[in-house]
Amino acid sequence: MIDIQNLHKKFGNNQVLAGLDLDISEGGIFAILGPNGSGKTTLIKSILGMVVPNKGNILVQGQNVKNHWEYRQQINYLPQIANFPGNLSVKELIRMIKDLRQKPSEENTLLDLFGLRTFLDKKLVTLSGGTKQKVNIVLTFMFDSPLLILDEPTTGLDPASLIRLKTLINEEKKKGKTILITSHIMQFVEEMADEIVYLLEGKIYFKGNIEQLKSKTQQTDFERAIAAISEENV
Amino acid sequence: MFKILKYGFYDLMRSRWSYVYFFFYLALGFVLLFLNNDLSKAVITLMNVIIVLVPLIGTIFGVMYFYNSKEFTELLLAQPLKRTSIFLGQYLGVAGSLTLSFILGLGIPFVIYGLFESEAIYNFSLLLMTGAFLTLIFTALAFNIALNNENKIKGFGYAVLLWLFLAVIYDGLFLLSLVVFEEYPLDRFSLIATMFNPIDLSRILILLKLDISALLGYTGAVFKKFFGTNFGFLVSFSVLVLWSLIPIGLLARKARKKDF
Repeated sequence: MIDIQNLHKKFGNNQVLAGLDLDISEGGIFAILGPNGSGKTTLIKSILGMVVPNKGNILVQGQNVKNHWEYRQQINYLPQIANFPGNLSVKELIRMIKDLRQKPSEENTLLDLFGLRTFLDKKLVTLSGGTKQKVNIVLTFMFDSPLLILDEPTTGLDPASLIRLKTLINEEKKKGKTILITSHIMQFVEEMADEIVYLLEGKIYFKGNIEQLKSKTQQTDFERAIAAISEENV
Repeated sequence: MFKILKYGFYDLMRSRWSYVYFFFYLALGFVLLFLNNDLSKAVITLMNVIIVLVPLIGTIFGVMYFYNSKEFTELLLAQPLKRTSIFLGQYLGVAGSLTLSFILGLGIPFVIYGLFESEAIYNFSLLLMTGAFLTLIFTALAFNIALNNENKIKGFGYAVLLWLFLAVIYDGLFLLSLVVFEEYPLDRFSLIATMFNPIDLSRILILLKLDISALLGYTGAVFKKFFGTNFGFLVSFSVLVLWSLIPIGLLARKARKKDF
């Protein structure tokens, strides 16, 4: 699905990715973890083509992403901070994205699921953080694409919406989709992820399932296992 | 690209500023016509205003729009769209709506006043054309500045400096060099120096068309000889086109490489 070879990225003097290799197979939920500033968002943005790497290759479904854009038709992306053009209404935003992607979409069931019907005519600036995140989720899940990239999907959600989100992610997984998630909520990761990718200093420090991680760090608890990696490398 | 242009354009058409700009020119047109009672004179006064104001508004508006639509840009970047079409679409949306406000705002009062029966129509059209070019040029320059500066304050600063340089300082330096090198033949130098500043170029184009080049003295005669001919007009027109195309090209190039 995604094949990344020897990826380097520097912002000024700050080497964020330093020769990262990663192979994501098709189907399943992959959690990309790592301490702050370890390059998670840069990695995701490189896959999306928003960040241009200094060196290395990224292949999505066998196609090199460099100077290409068509492959993004296969990706649904949930950005970390839901910032939308403020003077659009929710309805207009959805219509615009549909118009830009020209793909069948099922926003109506999602709008009902998250109770967003009453907000359809509201301007995006007037929405609360949590509501914006729900709109963000609707925009991400309304298209049928084989790859989903979710950057901190749980931000600002109330418990009921969080459960809906989890159901939604699991449904997509059952359809055989590949889902990349970053999150700082370890409970969420433990519940959802099939595989953990741990980034450290711009490289993959660990890749495997939760059991492997526990045995590697000799911890019985997932959260402690993650903390153990961080402390080991201070 | 046209979809992004469309959305950018709609977005701007709904924003207050397009109307402020439109009504400003509308009011300016009416007031000038009312005060001057003469189309040709109104055109001259307008030229003086346009030459300074259009670049300023293009620059400020371009920078402001670019920084304000950061979220929109990031949303678009994750969509299956070509990068260059995102930025060119946005640019054309801004430049297009500014040009439209400008042409409609000035055009309406003049048409009402009876432009089509007047001989001033050519001068007036030239005025609108140079105004449109100045909008395209300065919006493109502003987009370049904004794209190269993450820091808003810096971006604004550079943009205003650029305008100040081309609208005011350049002329000062130009005059200074004419005084310092007055013993040398300067007609070719002045011609070339004019080409390097779109504001000067527009001003001279209009002045020559209005036939008040006598004000320009000896250099004016040289200019008239050059610009007055079809060849001269064609050259200056092409230079204005180049002035628009080069920043747009730079914009497209930078847009391909930038990280978001």
